[in-house]
Amino acid sequence: MNWGSFSAFLHMGGYAFYVWSSFGLSFLFLALELLLLSSRRRTLLKRLGQIQRLNASRGSK
Amino acid sequence: MSKINLYKFASPATFYGLAGQMIPGFAVLSAILFAIGLYISFFVAPTDAQQGEAYRIIFIHVPAAWMSMFIYVVMAVYAGVGLAFNTRLSAMMAQALAPTGALFAFIALFTGSFWGKPMWGTWWVWDARLTSQLILFFLYIGFISLQSAIDDPRRSDRAGALIALVGVINVPIIYFSVKWWNTLHQGASISLTKAPSMAHTMLAGMLIMAVACWTYTIAVALFRVRLIILERERHATWVSELLEDAK
Amino acid sequence: MKPRHKKLAFIAAGVAGIAVIVALVMNAFRSNLVFFFTPSQVIAKEAPVGRAFRIGGLVEKGSLKRENDGLTVHFVVTDTKHDMNVTYKGILPDLFKEGKGVVAQGRLDSNGQFVADEVLAKHDENYMPPEVASELKAAKASKTNL
Repeated sequence: MNWGSFSAFLHMGGYAFYVWSSFGLSFLFLALELLLLSSRRRTLLKRLGQIQRLNASRGSK
Repeated sequence: MSKINLYKFASPATFYGLAGQMIPGFAVLSAILFAIGLYISFFVAPTDAQQGEAYRIIFIHVPAAWMSMFIYVVMAVYAGVGLAFNTRLSAMMAQALAPTGALFAFIALFTGSFWGKPMWGTWWVWDARLTSQLILFFLYIGFISLQSAIDDPRRSDRAGALIALVGVINVPIIYFSVKWWNTLHQGASISLTKAPSMAHTMLAGMLIMAVACWTYTIAVALFRVRLIILERERHATWVSELLEDAK
Repeated sequence: MKPRHKKLAFIAAGVAGIAVIVALVMNAFRSNLVFFFTPSQVIAKEAPVGRAFRIGGLVEKGSLKRENDGLTVHFVVTDTKHDMNVTYKGILPDLFKEGKGVVAQGRLDSNGQFVADEVLAKHDENYMPPEVASELKAAKASKTNL
């Protein structure tokens, strides 16, 4: 174990800003990508469902 | 006969189902590997003698930089195959990989900045390594925007493939830039020709993080290619049957 | 056949355009991205005269001197063949150490002194824990003593 205490861990030997910004932003962006993908999927399925229903109602006439 | 089987495997309809089965495995694997990799990065890997704790940025910086180059090559191969053999699926795969590649290129750039500021004394310099990495990011952006600018999928695939294939020469330039020119960026710590100049636990942490990024990329690219397949094949009968089944 | 020719022309133009861009970038790499010059190159008059450029090398051991204002520093940059005196006023990066790599941007004054307005540390590709580093150092020292 490298760190004597939790505050030493957060402090990162004086490089806290640089280390935590790098990791924090990187994982934030990865999470954002996942979020965007799932919302894209939701809107796509919704739209395809609408087209489907439209075609079905047209076909029944 | 074999021709029919091959076509069946490469058909978007079959691949849609196959990709759907593969995603959960890669996603879970990626989460586990990220957890192990981060644990090693912060709790097992020792402090660096020269750089103190700031060196820990390599655990995200180096895997991201590797991925950005590797994804570009894979994307170019898919795009090239699509261009040469007119296979729809490979063009879609290239399109699915591009945003994740761009993201990793961007991560490599800004984590490098956060490393450069305290260590070198500057956020950015126009040395060959940094400049060629920035060009890689722009190539991704060019590929994505060109593809979305052209409505006809066949033409947009062709235009995208062109950028992807021409831009591929930038990848060896990035990799060898630290050898070919005087750069501020240091040379490679890990190469095929010599023993890594890095303590074992540090190396282990970095490689595990790299594999985690790999599995993440596979999962995300498969997820995205399914969406692209659905968008492009929305008029096909198999899609309406699929939507019918989902109800 | 005609639209096909048109398409081919379009693709050819695209390839040509991208090729030109690539050629320009490569040229920029070759001529402008010589990121720094070594002291030997400066003495051989390979460095640009009359405008700012960067020199790179190792900070000579024992050469770092601070003036009383606490900001101005003098040090010697060496590539082991030739040396160059550097003056710099400002804050040095964390990794700036004697015996380690450095890149300084500035210009030569009339006395052959290099006056830097920016000093960057260049680190190497080695990563190791402090214990290993001090062991290596000790091993090296005992070797040279023999």
